Formats: sequence, C-alpha cells, structure tokens
Amino acid sequence: MLHYIGKRLLHLIPVLLGMTFVVFLIIRAIPGDPAQVILGQQATEQAMAALRAKLGLDNPWYVQYFEYLKGLLTGDLGESLRTAQAISSEVWPYLAATFELAIFAMILAVIIGMNAGIISAWFQNSWFDYVAMIIALIGVSMPIFWLGLLEQWVFSINLGWLPTSGREEVRDPINAITNFYLIDTLIQGRFDQFVVAIKHLILPGIALATIPTAIIARMTRSSMLEVMRSDYVRTARAKGQKMFIVIYKHALKNALIPVLTVIGLQLGMLLGGAILTETIFSWPGIGRYIYEAIGYRDYPVIQSGILIVAFIFVMINLIVDILYTVIDSRIKYN
Amino acid sequence: MSELASKQIVAQEKVAGPWKEAWRSFRKSKAALFGLAIVTFFIIIAFIGPLVAPFGMNDQVLSNRLQPPSAEHWFGTDDLGRDIFSRVLYGARISLTVGFSAVLLSAVMGSFLGIIAGYYGRWIDTIISRIFDIMLAFPSILLAIAVVSILGPSLQNALIAIAIINVPTFGRLIRSRVLMIKQEEYIVAARAIGMKNSRILWNHILPNSMTPVIVQGTLAIATAIIEAAALGFLGLGAVAPQAEWGKMLADARVYFINAPWAMVFPGISIMLTVIGFNLMGDGLRDALDPKMKN
Amino acid sequence: MKNKFWSLGFLLVLVISVLAACGSDSSSTETKSGDGESKEKEQVLVFGRGADSVSLDAAAVTDGESIKVTQNIFETLLNFSEGDTTVQPGLAKEWTVSEDGLTYTFTLEEGIKFHDDTDFNAEAVVKNFERWSAGAEDEFYYYNSMFKAEGKNIIAKVEAPDEKTVVFTLARPQAPFLKNIAMALFGIASPTAFEAAGDKFGDNPVGTGPFKFVEWKRNNSITLEKNENYWKEGLPKLDKVIFRSIPDNSARLNDLVSGAIDLADGINPSDGLQIENNADLQLIERPSMNIGYLGLTVTRAPFDNKLVRQAVNHAIDKQAIVDAFYDGRADVAINPMPSSISGYNDEVKDYDYNPEKAKELLAAAGYDGKEIELWAMPVPRPYMPDGAKVAEVIQKNLADVGMKSKIVTYEWATYLEKAQNGEADAFMLGWTGDNGDPDNFLYTLLDRDTIGSNNYSFYDNPEVHKLLIDAQSEVDEAKRIDLYKQAQVIIKDDAPWVPLAHSTPLLGASKSVTGYAPHPTGSESLENVSMQ
Repeated sequence: MLHYIGKRLLHLIPVLLGMTFVVFLIIRAIPGDPAQVILGQQATEQAMAALRAKLGLDNPWYVQYFEYLKGLLTGDLGESLRTAQAISSEVWPYLAATFELAIFAMILAVIIGMNAGIISAWFQNSWFDYVAMIIALIGVSMPIFWLGLLEQWVFSINLGWLPTSGREEVRDPINAITNFYLIDTLIQGRFDQFVVAIKHLILPGIALATIPTAIIARMTRSSMLEVMRSDYVRTARAKGQKMFIVIYKHALKNALIPVLTVIGLQLGMLLGGAILTETIFSWPGIGRYIYEAIGYRDYPVIQSGILIVAFIFVMINLIVDILYTVIDSRIKYN
Repeated sequence: MSELASKQIVAQEKVAGPWKEAWRSFRKSKAALFGLAIVTFFIIIAFIGPLVAPFGMNDQVLSNRLQPPSAEHWFGTDDLGRDIFSRVLYGARISLTVGFSAVLLSAVMGSFLGIIAGYYGRWIDTIISRIFDIMLAFPSILLAIAVVSILGPSLQNALIAIAIINVPTFGRLIRSRVLMIKQEEYIVAARAIGMKNSRILWNHILPNSMTPVIVQGTLAIATAIIEAAALGFLGLGAVAPQAEWGKMLADARVYFINAPWAMVFPGISIMLTVIGFNLMGDGLRDALDPKMKN
Repeated sequence: MKNKFWSLGFLLVLVISVLAACGSDSSSTETKSGDGESKEKEQVLVFGRGADSVSLDAAAVTDGESIKVTQNIFETLLNFSEGDTTVQPGLAKEWTVSEDGLTYTFTLEEGIKFHDDTDFNAEAVVKNFERWSAGAEDEFYYYNSMFKAEGKNIIAKVEAPDEKTVVFTLARPQAPFLKNIAMALFGIASPTAFEAAGDKFGDNPVGTGPFKFVEWKRNNSITLEKNENYWKEGLPKLDKVIFRSIPDNSARLNDLVSGAIDLADGINPSDGLQIENNADLQLIERPSMNIGYLGLTVTRAPFDNKLVRQAVNHAIDKQAIVDAFYDGRADVAINPMPSSISGYNDEVKDYDYNPEKAKELLAAAGYDGKEIELWAMPVPRPYMPDGAKVAEVIQKNLADVGMKSKIVTYEWATYLEKAQNGEADAFMLGWTGDNGDPDNFLYTLLDRDTIGSNNYSFYDNPEVHKLLIDAQSEVDEAKRIDLYKQAQVIIKDDAPWVPLAHSTPLLGASKSVTGYAPHPTGSESLENVSMQ
C-alpha cells in the first residue's frame, strides 16, 4: 500500500512541474510584448519597463521559470494587477465559495444519482428505468449554462422561490469566518442566514450537479445490473421484497468504487463547470475570479487561478486513486 | 507485385467484413438509430439551413423587436428584430463545423502523437505520455479558456482551443491500441522481414487503430459542441453578429424576462445535437468495439 | 407488486423530504425577516447600478459610477441646486468675485471635521488644490481639463489668509469658474489621509460628507455608513448606503422587483412600463443633460479622412436606434451637447440617414475596405442603455455601406483607458454634463487640450480651439454664446463623432424610498433620502 502511494507521489512530481510550466507559459505565449499587451499601445516605455521588471520579463526564460518556481514554493502566487493585492491572500474566499458549491453539488449528485441508478437496475425495463435513463441522457447532454438560465427563469422569476444570484442577501451580509457560509452561519447561530445560504445554493447546485448526477446514475445502474445477474442475487431475489433492502446495502458497497472514480473524474469537471455556473449565478468563486481576470487582462490572476484549480484537481484524483485501492483491497479481502 | 496486390484485397475484405457486421448490430439499437437520425437531421440543416432560412442571419428590423413566436417568425424575434428561427438554422452550420473540425484536428494530432509514442516507445513515449498527463491535469474548459485568453476571443481560436484540449484523449487511446497491435503476429513478422517503420505504421497499425478513434470522435463531437457554445456564452468564442448558439444564449440572457423564447430555441438545438452525437457514439461503441464498454 | 410498492414509497419519501426542505425554508425566513431580528430598525438603502466604481478618489476619476459614491463621501466648496446647475453654498457659505473676474474669495463654514477627525479649514482646501495641480496629467484628468488650458494653469494661486478664507487668483477669467468649483470631482479630501495613503487614497477615501467609507468589495459592493458628526443638523437620514454593481439590466430590474435592492439606475427604457405598473415601485426620471455618441478616432485610418467620418454619419440610422433602444425617452442628437444647454446651435443641420450618400462619400474618400474595430461599451450607461446591442445595429449599418467592422469590448475601466490612449477606431461613449455649461461639453470633449483625458476621438482643430478658449474667458454672455455656436458648425462639418442621442435616464425605486432627487449631472448626495 505504502509502496503504491509512494509510487503515485513520485509520478506526480513531473506532472506538477509540467503544470507550473504550462501556466508559466500562459503569459509568455501572448503574441507580442506581454507588457505592451497588458498596458496598451500607448503605454510609456517607463511603465512598461516597470511592469517587465515586476513580472521578471527581462531575464532569460529559464531564469524566469526558476524564479517563478521558487516563488511558488514559498507560497508566492504573484500579485493581482487589478487590485495590487497578493493573490495568495485574496484567493481564499473565492476558493471557499467554489468548494462549498462543488461539495453541495457533489452530494446532490451522489444521493440522487445512486438512488436513481439502483432503482433503475432493480426495475430494469420498467417505466421508472426508462424515464430515469432518458433523463440521464438529457442530463449528460445538457449545456449547463442553459439549464442555469432555465432554472432562473422558472424558479426565481416566475415562481419567486429562490434568489437569482449571489451567496447572501446584500442587506444582511454574512459574517465570514471560514468563508464556508453554511458553517459560518451555524457557528454564529444565525439559522435564518443559514437558510438564506442554502437557498442561494440550490439553483447553482442543481445546475452544477446535473452532469455528475446523470453519469453516476448510469454507472450505478450498469454495475448494479452486473451484481444482479449473479446467481446469489437471482436466488435471493425470488425470496421477495426484503431483498430490495439487502441489495440496496450490498449495491451501495459495490457501487462505491465506480462512484468514487466518477467523483474523481467529475470533480475536475465540476471545478471547470463552476466557471459557467458561477458566471450565471454571480457566485463569487474561483471560476468567476479567473473569468473576471480575463476581462481585466490580469494575467497573474489567470495564471495562479488556473494553477490552483489544476493542483486541486490533481490532488483530488490522487486521493481518490488511493481510496480506490484501499477500498478495493478491503472488498477483495472481505 | 501481384502478391502485394492480392494482399491488399485480402486486407480490404478484412476491413469491409467487420464494418458490415458493425452496421448490422448498430441497426439493432433503436437509441443509436435515433441518434443517427438526429445527427443526420442537423447535418442536413447545416448544409441547406442558410438556403431555406426565411430571413438572413443578420437581417435587423428594429421596429420588430422581441416578437413572440408567430406564423411569420416561428421562433420569434430577438432584440434586434432578427428572426430567431433563421439564426438557429445558421447556427447549426457553425456548431457542427466547429465540432467536426475541432475533433478532426485533435484526432489527427492525437493519433499522430499516440502512434509515435506507442510504436517507438522508450523516451519518446515517456515524453509524450507525460505531456498528455500534464494536459489532462487541467479541467478541460479551463485549459480552453487559458488558450483563448492567450489567442484572444474568436470562433477560430475557440476551435483551436477545443482541438488542443482533446488531443491527449485521442493520444492515449491510440497509444494503448498501438501497444496491443504491436504484439500481433503479422506486425512482428513484417518487422522481421525488414519492412520499413513508416510503412508498417501507415499500412497496418493506423487502419487497425481507427475504430476506437471513430467511436471516441463521435462522442468528442458532442462535448466539443457544448464547449464551443460555452466559450461563446462566456464571450470567449463567436463574436457578433455570428449566429452561434452559445452566443445567442448569452444575448438572450439579457432580456429573458421579456422574451424567454429567445433563450429556449438555441438551448434546445444545442441539447438535441449533443444528444444525437452521444446516442450515436454509444451505439457505435457497442457495435464496433464492445470491449470499450465500461 | 411489493417491490414496486417499496420503490414508490422510497421515491415518495425522497420527493417529500426535498419539498419539505424547500417549504420550510421559505416560511422560516419570512417570519425572521419580518420582525427584523429584534434589532432597532436600521435605515439601509441598497442602490443597484450598472458598474463598479473605478476609484473613490473623487478628483482622480472621470466615470459617473465613481462619482456617484464619492459625492456622498466628499463635499465641494459650492453645490448645485436640486434639479439644475445653479450654484449654492456648500462647504463655503459665501463668496465674492472681483470685477476683473480674476479673484474669487470664499468664506468657509466653521467647525467641520473630516471623517478622520482632521479639521476642515482653509489650509485643507489649499492642500487639495495643490495636490491636484501638482499631480501628473493622467492622475487628475479633471483638474487638468477644467483648470488648465494650452498647458497653462488657469488657477494661478490658491491662498489661505486665515482659517476660514480661501482666495483663488486666476491667470485669466474663466466664465464657468464657480460651476466648475461646484463639480463633485473637486470634493475636498482630508489632507492627513491623502498624504498618508499616497496613490492608494482611492481605496480608502476620507472626506467631510454625510457618509463614511466602510468597505469596498470589488465588482460587488461599496458600503458607506452614516457620518454621525455630520455638520448639517439631522442629516443624513440613512444609516447605511450600499452601492451594488449589477451589470445586467435585467438582473438589476429583477432584484428591484424582488426587493433585494431599493433603488436601481440604468433602467432599460423598455422596462419603464413594467415599473410604472408595479404597485410597490416608482419610476423616476432624471432630468436629461447628456449625449451618447459614436466617436471616430481622427488619428487612425480610415477615420483620419473627414469624408469617411461624414460617410459614417450618413450611414447610421439614428432615428431607428432611438426608437428601438430608448423607447421614445430620448432625442436624436445633432450637436455634441443637448439643446437645454445655453449656446446650443439649432441651425446646424444633421447628416440625414442616407446609405447611398455614404457609399459615394466612401468612394470619394478612397476608402480601401479595411475592416475597422467597433468598440462596444461593456456596461449600460444613462446615455446608452445597451451599448453592445446598439453596436450590433451600427455594425449592420456600416456593413450596408461597405464598411466591415469587428465588435470588440473590454472591461469598463480598461475600455476607457484604451480609448483614452487612442487605441479604438470607432468607439461608443457618452457624457453626462457636470455643470450645465457649454464649456463642459464642447471644450471638455472636443478640444485639443483635453486629448488624453475626455477627448477620446483625438479631435484637434485649431479654429475650434481658439473659439473655445476665447469663450472660456469671455464674460459677455451673448458673445460667449455666439462663439459656441460657431464652434458647433465647424465640429459638425469635421464630424469627429456621430452624435446619437440625448436620453432621459430612468431609475426605479421601491415606494418606500423618499426624498430622492435625481440631479441632471447624474449623481447626487443621498443626505435627504430616507426609507418610509
């Protein structure tokens, strides 16, 4: 086991290095002089020189890269050109907002997707199965930015049930401690605000959960079908309804592996998809942080934002892989 | 000479056989046929759409803004008084062109890199595989956004970005396929008799690696269409006045309280096209390459 | 059978629990927000607007969204009356002008303190003017465009003979001097604060105004709170003002309808009716004093050719644009300033909408068919409710006469900065008058001195320059008006712009907002506003 983890970590080093290099390239790959592109055609030579010095563009590229790496290792993610703040100090609230949304969406996806998949398999070829699988097909094919708009139109504008945007009410801002508003409001005993925070989460959460839900439902169904073809289940099934619960437990255990894999794969999608969802719902997360930076040509933020998301993505995949082997071996030994 | 010719005929028959077989099994799946029908429908629209569209793509009639669907304007009009039905028809050409070209581009690049990595192995393989690992370490849409933020927003750059992010998927697929084929007897034999690497690659390995690429390609078109629309929606793809579906959604978003129809139809079009390619891809996978099923 | 029963039961439980979760949410919040947490009822106004501020250093900005906030933090020596641009006392309670129009003496209110407890006095005023006049040109655009001409300072010196007296000595007479001084841009800031903060003063502004700066969440909200020590008795009435940027017109309207915001500007003219029909809302019209235009950068090909610029003027169907996007609440613009401003020349004839004529002119100009960049504003402004859409119409109009264009857009601050640098071919922009004087339109927007600040089209005509400079120091009102009329004729012929529209900007407010008086300059103090 440890050997495996060690191997995975070793394997990670070139990938991480490569990632930093790709991100490093972003600013250097801009056609023309980056300082000129950032500051505009009529920028004074002085201003451009200052910016070049700030970004270290004067040195040969390998020196620049090592400087950049050195900075990263000491936690220096650069400085935003727009706000003149250190990115490492201003990024956390955005990250927390995205995490909260992504975790919420993932929980929705796992609960709904797994249940739908199990029930579909149990009643294979029933109306439920057909409907669920058609919905799943539509789900994987759904442009989530469109779904987000439809949600707003139906639930916010026509029905007025849920807010269209943001994480909190402007009039009654939530006092941030961890920046996970669900936690923050509970710590402060503000249950009214907790409800407000949940309400803000629902629509973007559903939009973001759609694709993973559909994929988890499909995967759970197909792995369940395999389980159900086994002789053990076939005979047991004849015994009657109680088996449904037995299967449920059994299936949950078995479906854990594919679901874990999907979580690993989908969390990356989720983090990427967050850009769209966050744009539509004005969710102040890392996706919007990067997206806004593009409009401002704030390249340090674009670089570091992308690097952070990619890093998290890689780490989640690593953890999922390790969990996968742990669970896999346990199941084998059981 | 004649020996070689006959060999080729045998090879062709060998290829034709499985295809017929595949079509037979593809035909059996209703879902796959339905997917094929949708895709065919949109391909036809992409070709003839601009010819049959009742109005031009950018025919503005400002006195006719935000009209609900009617006999004259089936899908209503947008905020510049343009016929949304006509724009949706024009949009099919844009979305399909971007989808097909981006996937073709990435399939060609990916196959090339994958074959080289798989066939030559050793350090070439290590380098190429690492590059794929690194690219796959980025969530795809984010990588596309990074590429567009470097190149600047336009439909063409969106296409390039989508092509780039899909390269490693194809590359890995082909590489593993090549590794498998390399072990087969006839390749080992061809090498033993001193056949040139390029010929082995071109005549044997490439044709035999194509089925998974076709399957993956069909599914990749589906995602490419969504990705292009997403970039258009974010203002990082198509620009005005192009009738790209994602861009149309972004425009419609501004006035969707007053004119919800403007956001309904482009969205349905994206979804249907994507469903079509997904169903067709699933069907192709089951028919061509049952092993790929997870 | 039984299996089906179980599965249905399971589904039911799932559905019910989800619904219950939603249901209980709404009921519990309603009761909670109803009694307001048993706190004392705070008077909070949430003002939704189209864009974020650029900086909160009043003198360093040019955009309305910054001024809208700074006007509540800073105060000026003189104020405008409610609803028009006649001059009233402000931080200065009295003033006298010498006969030659060169010396202005202000007597200041006493006992006022800045938010940081620094004393407001004559010396503070002097320090502010010194700061602006010493600043680089790109630091204080406004000071430069109002008080410098042909590279020379108009304000020769500012002195403080005693605590409460400030004396301005001008190098030459400036007819609109008092109106200029009353502009919100020249709000007096705390010298202690700006000396300490340097170029970061815009992030932490300190003035004497009715509200104090609390917090700025970029691209989201700016929060101000009541200045408890405000020198005007009983004011301000509000405890807190939150300026929230919501770029989408429709999203802002939606927030207003749902009650998330109390006051919204940049209401799309086509949404006006919806607000009027809503019993909880009121529609507010801001007196019109603006111009929305398409600027043609005269230093860039093909717009370095006058014929091309005239052709573009003929190509654009302004009436259609006004009908479609302003819903009748705007006039088609002919001159660079609205007709309510004295000196407006109503004899100037507009270029008619005539694509054929435009094509002829383009041919005569030898236009090579080069594709131009057409810059579209990323945010709604009062003079231009929907820049991106109008740009698409203009793009079509231009294509009809054979000029291809690519629509480009940048985030607002970048947009202004780049346009200011002359990087745009054709760009949409506009202007809301600051003081109701023709000088504030024609000189500010089209004189050679203001290139690099508000003259975005880089228009430079020596003849116009002479007329505008003469008009500045002309004390005889009739002669002054005549000079401006002449300038408008030349500008029309040179066609550095396509003037598009003078709009009546709309605001929407909850019925509970009272005491709000929109000012034609586009921003106003909220000291009299309260929530009923």
